[in-house]
Amino acid sequence: MSDTAATNITESRSGMAGLVDDWTSDKQTYHVPWGKAMMWIFLVSDTFIFTCFLVGYMTVRTSTAEPWPVPAEVFALSFFGSDPIPLILIAIMTFILITSSGTMALAVNYGYRKDKRMTAILMMVTAAFGASFVGMQAFEWTKLITEGVRPWGNPWGAPQFGSVFFMVTGFHGLHVTAGVIYLSIVARKVIKGHYDKKGFEIVEITGLYWHFVDLVWVFIFAFFYLW
Amino acid sequence: MSAEAGQQHPLGIYLKIWILLFVLSTLSYLVDYFNFQGLLRWSLIIIFMLLKAGFIIAIFMHVMWERMALVLTILGPPVALLFLIGFMVSEGHYTFGARVDHFGANPNAQPLPVTHIGADHEGASH
Repeated sequence: MSDTAATNITESRSGMAGLVDDWTSDKQTYHVPWGKAMMWIFLVSDTFIFTCFLVGYMTVRTSTAEPWPVPAEVFALSFFGSDPIPLILIAIMTFILITSSGTMALAVNYGYRKDKRMTAILMMVTAAFGASFVGMQAFEWTKLITEGVRPWGNPWGAPQFGSVFFMVTGFHGLHVTAGVIYLSIVARKVIKGHYDKKGFEIVEITGLYWHFVDLVWVFIFAFFYLW
Repeated sequence: MSAEAGQQHPLGIYLKIWILLFVLSTLSYLVDYFNFQGLLRWSLIIIFMLLKAGFIIAIFMHVMWERMALVLTILGPPVALLFLIGFMVSEGHYTFGARVDHFGANPNAQPLPVTHIGADHEGASH
């Protein structure tokens, strides 16, 4: 795949001149594997979905006259009877997701070096981090549901808090879960040698999806948990 | 041009960005932990968030090494979302104002304190 794409643009310029070249050459515009271009287009559309959720959250939060529950209090957690530490579980989840992004970046790198074993191991490590993230999210949901948070109300303030929380973190968690499955499937195929001839772009494409999931969490963390 | 041969870069850059993302996450957590409020809080949260997002997109997702045609396809359309955000900020504030001015809502209402249900530390949060 990479050979055919590379021959098309050996003479091509970069930057804005390259933009003009790519769009006016009456040939393939994006000089990347088609799977990568399609993944990017999917991710752009997914950006719109998550932004709609976050904008919806922003709108209900600015427009409600009911007081918004304080996230630092709601998401505090005690360990062994200590005073509750604000947002500690969310901080751990953030670090886990960043770490999984790091291992994913390394997997892409080892993939292009054709080190199948390291690639598959790093992808499975990434998937394991993702699974633990979903596990913690399940714990958090359970805790909040036990305390009376529902999509239509909660014991502390604006009822929209629950609907936004379940909608946004649920949709993100669904993406993480799908990513764990996706990673596991690709890692297995890497080990079985499915990409020996095709090349390892698939690892980078899987990585794009995974980094996107991490990227969305950056915004959820800032706007929902810290705001 | 690396984009065509597949994105291949030295491992060091990934490790550096990884550490940087850790530091930035810690800093944004500390904003909450030390309970900064007001303009300082919002600007720090937004700055750390944008830096993290920028590094993930530029380095981990390799956008800084892609050709301009793909870069603009990725980053161009989301610009429209900034308008949506702007419109809805204005709309949200208008609705809030209407609820206060015409429906008697209390603009200074405080949320109820959170009591966590725990096995051995009931009510420990306050």
